[in-house]
Amino acid sequence: MKKTLLNKDKGKDFLTYAVVIVAFVIMQFLSSQGKLSSAVTGYLVPVCCYIVLAISLNLLVGVCGELSLGHAGFMGIGAFSGVVLATLLKNTVDNATLRLILAMVFGGTLAGLIGFLIGIPVLRLRGDYLAIVTLAFGEIMKNIIGNMYVGTDESGFRFAIATAKPKLVGKGKWILSGAMGVTGIKKLSTFAVGFGLILFTLFVVLNLINSKEGRAIKAVRDNRIAAESVGINVTTFRMKAFVVSAFLAGMAGALYGLNYSSLDAAKFNFNTSINILVFVVLGGMGNILGSVISATVLYILPEAMRGLADYRMIIYAVVLILVMLFTWSPKVKEYTSVVADRMKHLFKKEKEAAAK
Amino acid sequence: MNILQYLINGISIGSVYAIIALGYTMVYGIAKMLNFAHGDVIMVGAYICYCVTVYLGLPVLAGVLLSMVVCTVLGITIEGLAYKPLRGTPSLAVLITAIGVSYFLQNAAQLIWSSNPKSFTSIVSNMKPLHLFGSLTITGEVIVTVAVSVVIMIGLTWFTSSTRIGKSMRAVSEDRDAAQLMGINVNRTISITFAIGSALAAVAGVLMCSSIPVLMPTTGSMPGIRAFTAAVFGGIGSIPGAMLGGILLGIIETFAKAYLSTQFSDAIVFGVLIIILLVKPAGLLGKQVQEKV
Repeated sequence: MKKTLLNKDKGKDFLTYAVVIVAFVIMQFLSSQGKLSSAVTGYLVPVCCYIVLAISLNLLVGVCGELSLGHAGFMGIGAFSGVVLATLLKNTVDNATLRLILAMVFGGTLAGLIGFLIGIPVLRLRGDYLAIVTLAFGEIMKNIIGNMYVGTDESGFRFAIATAKPKLVGKGKWILSGAMGVTGIKKLSTFAVGFGLILFTLFVVLNLINSKEGRAIKAVRDNRIAAESVGINVTTFRMKAFVVSAFLAGMAGALYGLNYSSLDAAKFNFNTSINILVFVVLGGMGNILGSVISATVLYILPEAMRGLADYRMIIYAVVLILVMLFTWSPKVKEYTSVVADRMKHLFKKEKEAAAK
Repeated sequence: MNILQYLINGISIGSVYAIIALGYTMVYGIAKMLNFAHGDVIMVGAYICYCVTVYLGLPVLAGVLLSMVVCTVLGITIEGLAYKPLRGTPSLAVLITAIGVSYFLQNAAQLIWSSNPKSFTSIVSNMKPLHLFGSLTITGEVIVTVAVSVVIMIGLTWFTSSTRIGKSMRAVSEDRDAAQLMGINVNRTISITFAIGSALAAVAGVLMCSSIPVLMPTTGSMPGIRAFTAAVFGGIGSIPGAMLGGILLGIIETFAKAYLSTQFSDAIVFGVLIIILLVKPAGLLGKQVQEKV
């Protein structure tokens, strides 16, 4: 019994990898044939970012059972630190891909570190209160980045958090200048690196879920008190999931930031956090493949409906509400189970008739 | 004298937050859901009042009353169509639905009234500001806002403690199953809570736009989040907590803007919220519920 369960999990993980790899190969093939329109090519990197963000948030919300409403904050940290590092390394590291990867690792590490520091006080809270505090942190992060100045001048590296733009010594330039954000970013992100990041994320998250620690995390989610009473150190595991999630969000943020020519802090607001959460919930809590698919579909859906202009977001909202009603409502579930039972019954009868 | 002026302004903003926070806290207490669409009901309320007074040319009082009626109907409709079918499901499912409703309201408003900001005429434009002790100015908006919120708070306290429906609301928020066994119609009680919360949101919308006269489809979202913070601040689910939280938040925000920094006011307000929650995890007046094994 136990063995079959494990095998089932493995099969599902394998399917997840397979879907991602096949999708990548198809997209690469189509783009090498020049069959993709420029609009579709433009979606590729952001879709990769949102897939990674959805998977990392799913680790927190679906697997760990902790509602976080500040995921965009970590994405923002990763995006700005990654962009700043990539700009600083412009002359020292020639290879663009290497620079991108360095920026992603730096962005992820910084986000993970800040996640750890935030986690120490915050993870004492639970449920809706944790959600509110993460929301608050996301807003604080956005507010601070919006007033942050990073640059270089003749006195070396400059960093300031200030309400007004500080003066530079001699010749120099601000890379990140407060509410203006960063402009003139050299675009480094590629679909291949995005694909690599997705594989890395899948590897980290799936291994974590299937490890001893992952089972402990799920035990904490399902019944915290019971898990605590059998000796699982609840805080340590929650912290691990929180830091890993922040780290991956930071990497995705760096990839996202280096895909555009300009970037400002307002992008990483509450709405972005909520969008990622919507991907996770519609994809299925704890279901990694579900996150991959829903992030892709739900990112492209509003973009593809641009032709409907003003109506597209209203349609998106209605679709969102209807999907939630149809997938969660007990009445609808009851109805579908009745229909499924009848179908089964019908098939049985047919089989019996065929046997006779 | 400055400090007194800031205090008065803070109380005025805080009163609006308190009225919005009451809607959040009542719904949370009874339906155990974070109703993120509440902020957008505020916006709808303000638009209705704007339309009635500007397009139809009716008096202000009619505008306020009509916007309360429309918002009440809207609240009941949203609850019946979007939230009621999901009763008993995990709170996250309802949260996402609420977000869907919020998107819907914002975009519907954008279709109807376009995204160009409208300048809202204050409902107390004919009242002259009071000048006290020379430098202290109290505008008509401040007086009306504070007076209305005091009336609402007293009325709501009386309503929940003395009337039959109010008592059943408290019973449902205490223990839904037990209340049902006692013969309370839980579904109807929840609908009434939404109705009251939405009517208050309409009032808050009109008061808010009288002080800050910019009306856009996204007008409600930031005050909504602020007021939600206020509700948590005071202890979500607690009615006196929402009032206290709202007013304190308004005062903190005004003082932070005046004495520390305008740009960092968000960070300061949310920072204070985090500190409060770390010291008192259930908010200022919230009840700490012991988990039973």
